[in-house]
Amino acid sequence: MTHYQAKSGMGARVRGNALVAKDGFSARYDLDRARGVFSRPDHKLAGRSYVGRVLVLDAAKGGVATAWMLHEMAARAMAPAALVLNRVNPIMVQGAALADFTMISGFGQDITAAVPEGALVEVDPTGDTPVLRVLSIPAVTDVTE
Amino acid sequence: MRLDQEERAWLAGTGGKARQWAIEHQMRVGTYLGATDLVPVSQAHIMADTESLGPAGVEWLERLAALPEAQRRVRIPTITDPRGTDFAAAARLKQQPWMLDLERRAIAAFESLGVLMTDTCINYQTIMPAVRGEHMAFGDTGVVIYSNSVLGARSNFEGGPSALAAGLTGRTPRYGYHLDEHRHATLLIEVAQTPRALHEWGALGALVGRLAGDYWQVPALLGIDRVPSSDELKHFGAALASYGWVALFHMIGITPEAVRREYVAPATMSVRTTIGPADLQAFQQSQTGEIDAVDVVVFAAPQLSLIEMRAVAALLDGRRATVPLLIVTSPQVKPDADRLGLTARIESAGGLVLAGMCFYQSYAREMAEANGWSHLATNSAKLVNILGGYGYRPMLLSMEQCIDAACGRRIGS
Repeated sequence: MTHYQAKSGMGARVRGNALVAKDGFSARYDLDRARGVFSRPDHKLAGRSYVGRVLVLDAAKGGVATAWMLHEMAARAMAPAALVLNRVNPIMVQGAALADFTMISGFGQDITAAVPEGALVEVDPTGDTPVLRVLSIPAVTDVTE
Repeated sequence: MRLDQEERAWLAGTGGKARQWAIEHQMRVGTYLGATDLVPVSQAHIMADTESLGPAGVEWLERLAALPEAQRRVRIPTITDPRGTDFAAAARLKQQPWMLDLERRAIAAFESLGVLMTDTCINYQTIMPAVRGEHMAFGDTGVVIYSNSVLGARSNFEGGPSALAAGLTGRTPRYGYHLDEHRHATLLIEVAQTPRALHEWGALGALVGRLAGDYWQVPALLGIDRVPSSDELKHFGAALASYGWVALFHMIGITPEAVRREYVAPATMSVRTTIGPADLQAFQQSQTGEIDAVDVVVFAAPQLSLIEMRAVAALLDGRRATVPLLIVTSPQVKPDADRLGLTARIESAGGLVLAGMCFYQSYAREMAEANGWSHLATNSAKLVNILGGYGYRPMLLSMEQCIDAACGRRIGS
């Protein structure tokens, strides 16, 4: 089982299938929150559903609205299961804190290149060192080592 | 994190549930981001439109607002970013009653908490500008970047919950741009030609933002050959924060912490790239597309100053808007615009002056669907950047071109 240690984390331990892209995350700029899909046309996940998925993305971006929107999405059960980011900004941390949302960030490598699309992963911020564990990789995924 | 005696008491609940939540929230955020303590702040500015809050966020605010008065009131001047509507114009915008109900509930909750409903993203032009070195908890990216960069204040991006927490405690976690070590330039950019029009300043901000592309980057600009106006820096900063998620920039020889290059950038730092007129033109063309007519023209993001309002009114004199033309300003500017006859000039030409809201914070997707709006013209690069995700096809034009488009002139003719 492959695992990746993160610098920082918060929230509960969760499992889910990874949705991976070398792109950013902003609830205001990138999402159709009513439908639960990425809606920004030039986002690498445009049209994909994020609900219940572990989002593995490059960086937190966008304006301050995400600080409320994670809470709003979680209340409607239309939120991702967790966020895994190379880099965070304060807004994403503040939003995760309000929503009791699971998030880890800061790796020794580009986490979007390390985690295969669709892999079953466990995000665990509860230990001394936050960690992402890859539990299984779907057979159809083309994994390049 | 180290807490003083008062902060420990709040954490223990002696200040009531609101302040206990606030200090717990600040500890979670501060711990994640490496803060060692809290820093006193003198103002807080809350972004909390109800599209962002949703019913769950409004209910959360109402639970705080229901606490005993001594427990729920903010401790420092706490003001608000634009709201999700201008009630006087909501019907014309085809906003739905449920949106207005949520707005009313949120406003009532904030007022119960002692928050001043200023409803503006240009508080640095209209309410009380920060002083150099003053620590703030500001909650609109445009407000933060302007206050940090132009005024020399110290604030991180504070989302609504964190800004409210700062209002309740009078403090915020000391990390990021509260600290000297994060305020030095991390990339140096040469500007070959100083922009002239507001949309060109926005385009420059967008290009610098794309180069920076991270909250922790601090771009410094060389080559700006005159002191820009407050409105020009407003558009530049808003776009830079929007495209690059940047909270602080320097302009060498202009902004207060960069009076001399060596104050913010070591001599060894080389220029990463030069941005010239062709780059600005190419950016604008990339944001215009092949569309020759629009469904709606919007001046907003940031709200217009009185000087911008005068410019719009002058461009409309003797003309008639034939497509919806929305001009969004602050509740502080609007009375002056009324008193000076600017509102009447704009509205007699077919424009609609809105106050206290911002277009993208006002259920932009639902407004598009209700009004049949897709192609939108604006002179705000920030608005262009945001609205793509809301299903619009926005284009960046000059203020003059926007007015031409509103009056039915084909774009590019």
